[in-house]
Order: sequence, then structure tokens, then C-alpha cells
Amino acid sequence: MFIVRRIFFALVLLLAVSFFTYMLFAMLPSDPAALTCGKNCKPDVIAANRIRLGYDKSLIEQYWLFLRGIFAGRDYGTGAAAFSCGAPSLGYSFGQHECVTTLITQTFPVTAYLSIGAFVLWMLIGISSGAVAALNKGKWQDRAASIFTSIGVSLPTFYIGLLVLFSVVIWLRILPFPSYESPFDNFPTFLRTMILPWLVLAVLSAASYTRLTRNGMLEAMNEDFVRLGVAKGLTTRIILRRYVMRQALVPIVTIAGLDFAGLLGGAIITESVFSLPGMGKMSIRAVVESDLPVLVGTTMVAAVFIVVANVLVDIAYGYLDPRVRVK
Amino acid sequence: MSQDIALQAVNLVKYFSTGSSGVLGRATSIVQAVDGVSFTLPTGKTLGIVGESGCGKSTLARLVTRLIEPSSGSVVLDGVDITNLSGKALREIRRKLQIIFQDPYSSLNPRHSIGQIIGDPMRIQGIVTKGNEKAEVQELMQRVGLNPEHYNRYPHEFSGGQRQRIGIARALSLRPSVIVADEPVSALDVSIQAQILNLLENLQKDLGLSFVFIAHDLSVVRHIADQVAVMYLGKIVEVGDSATVYKNPAHPYTKALLSAVPVANPSLRNSDKRIRLVGDVPSPIDPPSGCRFRTRCWKASDLCEAVEPPLQADGSGRVVACHFPEEQAVAVGQSPQ
Amino acid sequence: MLPDVVLSVRNLSVVFHTPDGDVVAVNDVSFDLRSGETLGIVGESGSGKSVTASSILRLNNSNTASTTGQIFVSGVDVLSADESDVRRIRGSEVAMIFQDPLSALNPYYTVGKQITEAYLVHHPDASKDDARSVTLEMLKKVGIPNPEKRIDEFPHQFSGGMRQRIVIAIALINNPKVLIADEPTTALDVTVQAQILDLMKELQTEFKMAIVLITHDLGVIAEAALDVLVMYGGRIVERSSVDALFSEPAHPYAWGLLGAVNSLSNSSRGALVTIAGSPPSLIDLPKGCSFNPRCSHAFEKCSTQVPILRSVGTLGSVTACHLPDETILSLGRKAAAQ
Repeated sequence: MFIVRRIFFALVLLLAVSFFTYMLFAMLPSDPAALTCGKNCKPDVIAANRIRLGYDKSLIEQYWLFLRGIFAGRDYGTGAAAFSCGAPSLGYSFGQHECVTTLITQTFPVTAYLSIGAFVLWMLIGISSGAVAALNKGKWQDRAASIFTSIGVSLPTFYIGLLVLFSVVIWLRILPFPSYESPFDNFPTFLRTMILPWLVLAVLSAASYTRLTRNGMLEAMNEDFVRLGVAKGLTTRIILRRYVMRQALVPIVTIAGLDFAGLLGGAIITESVFSLPGMGKMSIRAVVESDLPVLVGTTMVAAVFIVVANVLVDIAYGYLDPRVRVK
Repeated sequence: MSQDIALQAVNLVKYFSTGSSGVLGRATSIVQAVDGVSFTLPTGKTLGIVGESGCGKSTLARLVTRLIEPSSGSVVLDGVDITNLSGKALREIRRKLQIIFQDPYSSLNPRHSIGQIIGDPMRIQGIVTKGNEKAEVQELMQRVGLNPEHYNRYPHEFSGGQRQRIGIARALSLRPSVIVADEPVSALDVSIQAQILNLLENLQKDLGLSFVFIAHDLSVVRHIADQVAVMYLGKIVEVGDSATVYKNPAHPYTKALLSAVPVANPSLRNSDKRIRLVGDVPSPIDPPSGCRFRTRCWKASDLCEAVEPPLQADGSGRVVACHFPEEQAVAVGQSPQ
Repeated sequence: MLPDVVLSVRNLSVVFHTPDGDVVAVNDVSFDLRSGETLGIVGESGSGKSVTASSILRLNNSNTASTTGQIFVSGVDVLSADESDVRRIRGSEVAMIFQDPLSALNPYYTVGKQITEAYLVHHPDASKDDARSVTLEMLKKVGIPNPEKRIDEFPHQFSGGMRQRIVIAIALINNPKVLIADEPTTALDVTVQAQILDLMKELQTEFKMAIVLITHDLGVIAEAALDVLVMYGGRIVERSSVDALFSEPAHPYAWGLLGAVNSLSNSSRGALVTIAGSPPSLIDLPKGCSFNPRCSHAFEKCSTQVPILRSVGTLGSVTACHLPDETILSLGRKAAAQ
């Protein structure tokens, strides 16, 4: 029942997001029709496009068509110049002459690979360094971890990304310039391209997990039930696993879920620095070119990931912490 | 204005909603924390309220001091109904009615000096002029046994017993006539408890205060209270003169409670007088029908399940809520089993 | 024939190294515990009683605490043994129960899992089914109703009294020789407290255990203990049989405690007997006898020399006080008679 309720509210939330996103972009001062055909645009082309893309209709009607398009696809224009975008249609990008949904399906896998790789790496780095710090509290490992954390959370991605790119590719020439290819087409190139963005993103994101893990473990180690576990004669390994980590990981897992979802919306900066053709890079290009349909589409997709992640995290929390489960 | 009755609770009820169900998350369960409690506190006297966890005594303390609102019922202070007061009127009655909390570690703002903690109420209520504030606070500090020179120190620099003294000084700063003390000594060591209890008794004598003293420790209540009310699962089951209730409890729960207290006398060990109650206290969300104590009472009968016993005078100067109250002349060694 | 000694603590001292200085939490504590007996340790906050208890199973954090002395269990000195030997003793020869049953249980695992875990650690060859049936037996013994269903429930689904029973079940599952109970009833309601004390006594007889019972409540001591150690400021200040403690207490601190408790249970409304002042700061203990600032019988020697434990009276009591024997006995009898 709890799950049904969460899903229901999630759907309501998504609807609200779609509304506000659409309205936000629709209310921008620029004329979306004028943006459809570049600089040297004749007024009658603009007018024709306006009608074709539905920009002549009221905002509410436009929103409604947009919403309907998500479920039923959308037709544009009439007669010979008509075309349509199949469901789920998130709009049409004049700048790229393509349905937004298609654009997203093309670029999303890159973002996904980037996110998954980085996620796995940062969890490994973050949790293990946090654990080492907690188990060696006060000693050099702990201090090193805290330096790492401070650096990691303070340095901006674009700076480190560019620095790494410069050192590794240009100066040390260890790796070639990143040039993305699908893992199914050319796996070695894929790896060579992704390794740097994975590492940069992972190391920078790991920092806060180091701190989370360290503090979570230290708190858990002070708990009475951990003392009782020791008093039972359990080995340190079992205590760490079933008592300390079990407690420390609960908030970490939930936060990680949300962070990962955020990343899926497009790691804009990393993708730009390393020239990865992902959703983030596409979003930047859309901003520069004022390609509103693309922006609306990618924002929606990012929002969906976050809302879904929230629901999943809520459900997971109930699973992870028996005290929270509703009967 | 002095009246015979300092504080009165009339049929106080407080229900809390909890749990949730359905798509919109409506509350499914109601915690009947306090379910129809009435008492009278005569001026200058101490009423002790005794009960175990879940009986509602802390909720009662907050209801009576208007820190929370009752679901129904009323609170009468010095003849005036204060149940529905708010805003300025409510702030005014704070000058007459104050509360002392249980935990000396969490009831004081760690960022305020004790001069501030004790002096703020006076200043906010405007009963002291700016110049006088420090002198008044220091006088209070001395009265409760603190060194006035510690005016600028912070709570963490004091021990538990001293912090409780600060809490008492704060309660006194508005010169109230009634103080509700919610387990004021439970968190303290035994030797310190005695000091604080002595202090409270002396303050009562010197300042003519009326106390509602809430505790789970029966010996503490026995010592300090003139009258004792015993609570169980949101209801009062017995009220009477302190000495009488302790010597000859009328309600089975009171009897069990008293016999459960470990006595500091090894020769009384293993005596047959001990009553062992079976099971745990039922949940206040779903209290037993009829008499709430019946699930653990050795005398329970069908009548107890069907009809809730009303709180009635039993002729010995007290009221009891039981269909089969204990006989008043109990022979020693009479086993209830 | 006296029963065997099952636990022997010799000159135990524990010093915590804190940023504010060294805290001598336990100072030269020695005692013996015989099979089947209950030793009560009574004291207030800062007395060192809890640290003494946790030292027996070497639970103190070795990074912050220096523990010296010897603690003999089954022929092994816990304080100098290998970690693996100590682990073997924990939970099987010597078991411990803590004060707060809610925080003592792992909230993420079922109650059954936590009991079987304790069993399987010391019976690695046992099958899961064996462990489960032993666990069910134990749950029945500690008085959990409907054990077959409740064995798979989580700690938060039980009430305080039930949880303490589960903690006891965990402690006793391997039939330990010694049970250390650190304030086992302090966090419980009075009626539940009585149940738990009775349960512990029953199980003690059945399992033939020795119990170290730590509490601040003299009533609990009177109910359950055979011998008593009174601790103050990290030291033992008195050791006597429970009868002697209540009829002829042999230390001013004990007089104060007894006085406070007795005057509280008196029906008269007079002022309570108190002990002036507050428990000492362990970083800055008073010189000489650490109780002397609060002692109404203190004299010059008390603030310069630490009193050594010596026998006093005919009831086998031992005291750490500079007052002469006759004074101690007469003042003690007076304190007990109030």
C-alpha cells in the first residue's frame, strides 16, 4: 500500500514537473518560431513554422499537445510538409531536424555508460577509503582521507577535468584524445575514451562518500549493539559486516541512488570537457542554439530519473531499515 | 488572589493520530494518551502523579501547562479556565504556572548562559527593570543553591544536579504559584536526588508553591506528595492521601506497583508479598475494553471486560476505579494469587 | 566447602587518555566471584562500575584506554591473552547484558538471527536447525510468549521488558559461568524490573551461574546480591556481605547512600538525608580519599593519604576509610537504623 501511494504521488509530481518545465521554457522572451531557422530567416518562413509547430496556439493548448504527444505521438504541420514524431514524443528540434525523442535515444547511452562506470568507481573508492579512515581513526590514513575529501569536494569538475585531459593526453601522451565509439562497435576505443572521464568523475564524487562512510562507521562503532556483538565473541569481520557496515551503509545507499539519478540527467560538464556525445553535451548545445524543444525534452528526462530514483530510494529504505517498514 | 484550589484538570483527553493508510495517508490509529483525567490540586500542597511508561503522565504534564492542547476537557488555574487561551492571555498565565523538565541535559539551551536562561523570562514578561535583572537572577541562583558568581557560565560547565537547579531557578523566575514537575529527579544520582527533593520542599514552604509532581519512582513521590494519583494507560485508577495509598492501596495496580519496588532491606527478600504482574503494558493505541488493567489483573472477571469501572469514592477518603477494590484492612501475607 | 572461584579480578586499573587529560576511571580494583553467587557493584555516575564491567570482557577501546592488572577467567588472564582466546571466552564463558535493551539489539536483524548467531559463534559445527531449536527453547525459558512466531520479528517490534529478555536469552544461550549485568533494569518500568530480576534469579539457579550485578539502586542490591562492592571515584571503598551492608555499613559514602534511600522510604516528611556536593570529576580527583570533600567525618589525614582497604568488624566487611574501627561500626549501625 505504501508503494502504491508513493507511485501515485510520483506520477502527480511528474505531471507537475512537466507543466512547470514546459511553462518555464514557453515563457522565455525569445520567440520559439524565430529560433527554428537560424539567422537569415524570412518572416513568412517563421510564420509558417509557427503554425506548423503549434506556437500560434495558447500556452495551455501547447502544453496539452505536448503532454498528449508523450503518450500518443505528435503530428506537425499539414499536407506535403507534414511529419510526425512517434510516441513518446517530446517535441521536435528544428535546429537538428530530428524528433527530440530520437535525439535523446541516441545520446542517452553515452550518458548512461559514463554514469554507471563513474558510479561503480566512486562507490568503490569512496566506501573503501572511508572504511580505512574509520578503522584507523586519528592515524595518517584518516588524515589522508580527510585531505582527499576536502580537495574532492572543493575542486570543480571542469578544472580538474581539463587539467587531467591536458596532462594525460597532451603532455604525457599516455592516452589519445577522447573520441567516443560505442562499446559494441569498438570496445578498446570506448575504454580508452571513457577511462579519463570515469576516473575524474569518480574521484571527485567519491570524496563526499569517503566522509559519509567514515562518519557513519564511527557512529555505528559507538553503538551499544556493536558492543554487544563484540561481547558475544564475534569476529571483527562479522562485526564490521553485520553490525557496523550494515548500519553505516543505509544512508549511503539512499544518497548514492539519488546522486546516480542526477548523473543520468546528463553530466554536462564532464561530457563537454571530454567531448562525449551524451545528453549533457546535447543540452549545452541546445542552450547555445536556443533549441527549446531539446531543452524541454532533456529536462523532462532528467526529472523522470530523479523522481523515479526518489521512489525507489524510499522503497529501498524501508527494506534496508526494518524500523521504518510500515506494517 | 488565593483560592483553595490552585489547579484543576477536568476530564482532560488527548488523542494523538499516528500511522497512515490509503492513498492519501489518513491516520489509522489513535494513541489515547490521556483519556478522561481529572484532578484537583489544593493550594500549597503537592499532588504526586505516579505511573509507568505509556500511562500518559508526561502528556498530562504538558496538557496542564498548556504546552499542548487537549482534545477535550479543561484546565482551570486559580478559578480561571485557561484551556482555550492563546496569545497574550496565555503568556500571562505563564507567570502563574510553570514547568520543570526531566532531563537536565537537554532542557537547557546550551548556547545561553545561565544568567540568560534564568533572566530571559523575567525580561520578556517585563516584570523586572533592566538594571535589576542581574540582581534578581543572582538572588534566585542563591535560593536554589547555585553560586551567584557563575552567572555567566554555560550549562555544560555544570553537573546534572546543578543543571536541574538551574531549571528550577528558571521555573521560579516568573514567581509562579503552581509548578508542574515532570520527573525532575529521575535522571539524577540518588545522593543528588535527595538534595533536589529537599530543595523543592524548602521552596514550597518558603514560597507557598503548589506542586504537581510526576514520577515513576514511587518512593520519591511518597516522600514529597500530600496526595497521590496513580495512572495506568491514560486513566487515573486511584487518588488518595499519600500515606493511605502507600500503606493500603485499594486498586490492584497500585498494589502490584508498590510490591514491585525493590526494598532496600535484604531480610525482606523472597517474601510472599510480592505480586508479579504477567505480561507487558498494553498499547495505548488499542487499550483493552472495560477496565484497562484487566489483562494483567489477577481479579479480572467478565464484568471487568464489559464495563469500565468509574472513579468512585470508597469511603476512606479516596477514589478508586475498580470493580473489586482491595479490602482496606489487608492482613499481611494475604496472597492475591 | 566454598564454591569455586570463576572470576578473579586483580588490581584492575583503567586510564582513559582524553584531550583534557588522563581520566583514572578504575583504580586498583580487585575481587573474586564464586560459582552461583551474585556480586553487586553499587555506585553512582563516575564511580567506575561500568568500566570495571566492560573490562572483564576487554571491551574497552585499546586506543584510548590503558588497562592494567589481571582478570582470570577459566585460567586465562583476559587482559593479556590473545584476541582469539578472549573471543572464545566472550559470550560463552562470560556473557554480558547492558542497560538499554533497545540500543543493545541490532535493529537490522531478526531476534532469532541474533540469538542463533551467538550460539553458532561458539558451536561452529552445529547446524542451522539445531541453532534454531536451541533458540526457541531459550525464548521459551526467558518467557517470550508465542516464540515460534516472534523468533522472526525485529527488536523494535518488542516492548522494553521483552527486549531485555531477548538480551538475556542471547547472553545465556551458551550457558556461561559468569553473567555480567550492567544496570539491567534501570531503563525498565518498575513492574517489568521486578519480572526481570525474578527471571534472572530463576535462570541463575537453573544454569548455575555467577552474576556480577551492577546498579545504582540499593533496592536491587538488597533483592539480588549476596556480596556487595561499593565504588566511588574509581575505587572500591567498601566490600561486605549484603546483610552487613544494610545493618552495619562500613564507609561514610555507604552511610550517605543508605541514609538517602531510607529517609526516602520513611513515611515521615522531614528533610532527606543527603550527601553534600556532587560526584567528583575523574580528571581532577581530590587528593587523598576522593570522598573527603563530601564527607562530614573527614579529618586532616583524609585529604593527604589514600585509605587502604582493611577488614573491619566481625561480619567480614572491608573498608577504605581512615576512621577508627569502633567509630565506623557505631556510625554504620546508626546509619542503618534510620
